[in-house]
Amino acid sequence: MSIDAQPALAPEIKARQAAMALLAEAPEATLQATWEALEPRPTYTVLRQPETGLVMVRGRAGGTGAPFNLCEATVTRCVVALESRETGFGQCLGRSKQKALYAAVFDALLQTEKWNAEIEAKLLQQLRTAQQEQDHQTRREVAATKVDFFTMVRGD
Amino acid sequence: MYVAVKGGEKAIRNAHKLMERDRRGDRSVPALELKQIAEQLYLSVSRVMSEGSLYDVELAALAIKQSRGDLIEAIFLLRAYRTTLPRFGYSEPIDTAAMLVRRRISATYKDLPGGQLLGPTYDYTHRLLNFKLAADGELPESVQAEYDAAEEIPRVTDLLNAEGMMEPDPQVPSDAVVGDLTREPMEFPADRDIRLQNLARGDEGFLLALGYSTQRGFGGSHPFAGEIRFGEVDVDFFVEELGFSVPLGRMSVTECQMINQFQGSTVAPPQFTRGYGLAPGQAERKVMSMALVDRALRCRELGEEAVAPAQDEEFVLSHSDNVQATGFVEHLKLPHYVDFQAELELVRRMRKDWQARQEVEAAQANGPVEEAAQ
Repeated sequence: MSIDAQPALAPEIKARQAAMALLAEAPEATLQATWEALEPRPTYTVLRQPETGLVMVRGRAGGTGAPFNLCEATVTRCVVALESRETGFGQCLGRSKQKALYAAVFDALLQTEKWNAEIEAKLLQQLRTAQQEQDHQTRREVAATKVDFFTMVRGD
Repeated sequence: MYVAVKGGEKAIRNAHKLMERDRRGDRSVPALELKQIAEQLYLSVSRVMSEGSLYDVELAALAIKQSRGDLIEAIFLLRAYRTTLPRFGYSEPIDTAAMLVRRRISATYKDLPGGQLLGPTYDYTHRLLNFKLAADGELPESVQAEYDAAEEIPRVTDLLNAEGMMEPDPQVPSDAVVGDLTREPMEFPADRDIRLQNLARGDEGFLLALGYSTQRGFGGSHPFAGEIRFGEVDVDFFVEELGFSVPLGRMSVTECQMINQFQGSTVAPPQFTRGYGLAPGQAERKVMSMALVDRALRCRELGEEAVAPAQDEEFVLSHSDNVQATGFVEHLKLPHYVDFQAELELVRRMRKDWQARQEVEAAQANGPVEEAAQ
């Protein structure tokens, strides 16, 4: 099943996916610093212990054709629940269990009215800005290598 | 038959200690850090991830350090490591059109939407040794330029599709089973999903040589590099409990679309056909070679006669894996004393028989001559 084959996702799911993408790409130190600065620090229980495993990454023949298995990637995932019963899913490429745990806790907190605005302001905005700046820098550097080849006319 | 031997434990232990010491080299020289390998030897890291078939930059760097830079040994280490981890499942197919592009070139279109973006490349360098690097040369400043944020970078093959000149990518039903070499052994004939997985894990040198052979006329396929792109793509994973796909982060990949002139056959009209290459990390030579070989192996489906090694799928797919290849070649180093004793006996007996036969033949040949002389 591919994303575009699914019916349109609800806006709150799209927002959750966007937040999960930021959390998955976030430096662990940023997640840790944000977590430690929360006051009062919320309590949670771990429903599924952080675990490292493999996801087989798929490509498509020719870019748009039939799927095939490209290679595996290390992935760490974790599920937590808050006292108010919201569950949080954390998952990211790589092998950091601590990072997956932070990601799961923030995913859960983002679903609560109490914490949503604060996490958005203290963490997601920062992550979004950092990623946008980094991507912008990449695109600017790559743009400097854009060429205009011209073909030579023979026999002149 | 291989007969095992026992003993030698102490020698083996000491040999491994000696290996460790040699691996470290001169202790007055600082030890390599994994970050240094990951940052400064990224093309080695890419090769190890691609052929080790495991995307994890840090582990690939560790494997390279442990193997003293022997990349096939490093690939072997990653393959062994992956067997220790559980499999969570399969990702959604990555979308290379939505890539954050770091490099994108086409050898078939000069002017194309998104433009020719050289990115970080050794192309057009003079291949002169840079002695400044020996003295830890200065880092050139990064040059930047404006770009059009709204401009998309479509796949070149999608452009030609519009004219009907380019064969479209074959589609399958969304619930079709995707073959997985890590789960079932390979069978022949192999479908394209299995072939692509095999080639993606295949040895770069082997694929390079085979791709080269197709250019030199062994199964010629008139290739053009339609597009090569390198950059980051999102990896998404469907989570059953949530009922939607979750992002796992971004991954670097290199992709090559090879375009081949095709004169048509009984089953397909004249058009441009395609070979495809995809690998984790930055691996341009690998994906170009892979695309050439992928196209050569499509001979059966396109109604071409298979006459060259690169078109022989059993030959190609059975010999592309360098972990299997090195296992079988290098096992020859292990003690074969009993086998060899048996062979020795056999050859001695054959020689004795041969000598006896020679003597009989000589006697027979001489016999009539001697009679004639009398």
